[in-house]
Amino acid sequence: MIRMENVQKAFGSNQVLRGMSLEIPKGSSLVIIGGSGTGKSVALKCILGLIQPDAGRILVDGQDATSGDRDAFLARFGMLFQGGALFDSLPVWQNVAFRLLRGSLKRPMDEAREIAIDKLRRVGLKPAVADLFPAELSGGMQKRVGLARAIAAEPEIIFFDEPTTGLDPIMSGVINDLIREIVVEMGATAMTITHDMTSVRAIADNVAMLHDGVIKWTGPVAQMDDSGDPYLDQFIHGRAQGPIEAVR
Amino acid sequence: MNPLVVLERLGGAVLRALALVGRLTIFAARTFSHFLRPPFYPREFAQALLSIGWLSLPVVGLTAIFTGGALALQIYSGGARFNAEAVVPQIVAIGMVRELGPVLVGLMIAARVTSSIAAEIATMKVTEQIDALVTLSTNPMKYLVAPRVLAALVTVPLLVGVGDIIGIGGGYVVAVKNLGFNSAAYLQNTVDFLEMRDVISSLVKGAVFGVIAATMGCFYGMQSGRGAQGVGRATKDSVEAAAILILAANFVLTGVFFSI
Ligand SMILES: Nc1ncnc2c1ncn2[C@@H]1O[C@H](COP(=O)(O)OP(=O)(O)OP(=O)(O)O)[C@@H](O)[C@H]1O
Ligand SMILES: [Mg+2]
Repeated sequence: MIRMENVQKAFGSNQVLRGMSLEIPKGSSLVIIGGSGTGKSVALKCILGLIQPDAGRILVDGQDATSGDRDAFLARFGMLFQGGALFDSLPVWQNVAFRLLRGSLKRPMDEAREIAIDKLRRVGLKPAVADLFPAELSGGMQKRVGLARAIAAEPEIIFFDEPTTGLDPIMSGVINDLIREIVVEMGATAMTITHDMTSVRAIADNVAMLHDGVIKWTGPVAQMDDSGDPYLDQFIHGRAQGPIEAVR
Repeated sequence: MNPLVVLERLGGAVLRALALVGRLTIFAARTFSHFLRPPFYPREFAQALLSIGWLSLPVVGLTAIFTGGALALQIYSGGARFNAEAVVPQIVAIGMVRELGPVLVGLMIAARVTSSIAAEIATMKVTEQIDALVTLSTNPMKYLVAPRVLAALVTVPLLVGVGDIIGIGGGYVVAVKNLGFNSAAYLQNTVDFLEMRDVISSLVKGAVFGVIAATMGCFYGMQSGRGAQGVGRATKDSVEAAAILILAANFVLTGVFFSI
């Protein structure tokens, strides 16, 4: 279980998170929605310790995320970055198998390669892609390689930052199914950021909406449509008029 | 302008400079501590050896050969003013080995290696690749920084040695072909004149300059700002800092080696 308690983060005078509290039960899938620039990516990075929050606590299975063995802590996580963040000096398969080629999860080279090719197949990429370099791929292909890398070591907790942005509708469907499968079959805990309402309905057990640095609404995905919350309603129906100002 | 404002600005600049020195020192100390603690990344180390050492050879060779040749011409024409043309082999040897070899190789490494390390690491920072490394349980200091600095520590002294020899070779060719020196006598004079201390100082300078060049590239790359502008600034700052520190370190090391 992941718990964020009153997490705050500012960059200079830009107060991004103003006391975000959230709870993600083990083995469940939470989707975070919210306007562009509200701090969704920052929230994920805070949990991973890539960004130091100014205040608040983050607990993973009751243990403070900042204390204890960082390596063991991070070994439980997989992360898909919004921009892919592929290592452009390494071919695709070594990107995917990065964890399996070094450190505590190290395996023989050909075994790691096989796993990489299998993960690539699961995100809809042919084995021929394995030996290309990230710069030779399209944006959507890079995203899927990033996704394959996030799930390669079969982590218990996986963060997906906009997994379907830039993908065609069919590929989005494939990725949605994959994320659902990882949660249901592997029992992983997933936290996904997306702007795609189809994805939200396909992936989420629970939905949380971030606005103005706090969680404005959170609940099961089934209650999303009749929440009665004007902010959430405006957001899921994509209306320009409403309590959320278009210029932020 | 109000004198208080001037004082405040001056104080601010001094404080920032001191803070920078402090961060740099901590960065260097952490880098060295990773030399000894596993995990090690031999593949990254081998790649750094290749790109810092082997691929720098052409630049180092060309720099050294022209400098050695020019040095021979200068000493010959300068020496002629007081009938001391004969000292060309000795002065070329001492000038190359003690000063020009290490300094010019150091500066070429700053131009070639520091800039490329800084630009590469800064781009990785800006595109979240450094964050991705961390989430994949890999310490960027170990994976990116330590192999590069260690490779520079090992290879730059060798490059300086090669540069010294090629520089002396450049002087030799000019002296023998254009200035009428006897080939065997030139080489004999060179070998007889150089002391062990000259050679050791040259290699030690190379090691120090190598560490400075690689560390500056890594340091400025790792603290790069956002966007293309951040990468540009990191690269510029790293080369500036490396060049100045190399020249300053050269002065200090020369003092240490030759004033006692
Ligand atoms: N490293 C950083 N330094 C300074 N400001 C930052 C940094 N990272 C994020 N920000 C700022 O924090 C705010 C939130 O950024 P974040 O990337 O979390 O938005 P987001 O909710 O993920 O938006 P999007 O949906 O567009 O991805 C933005 O205003 C951004 O400018
Ligand atoms: Mg984002």
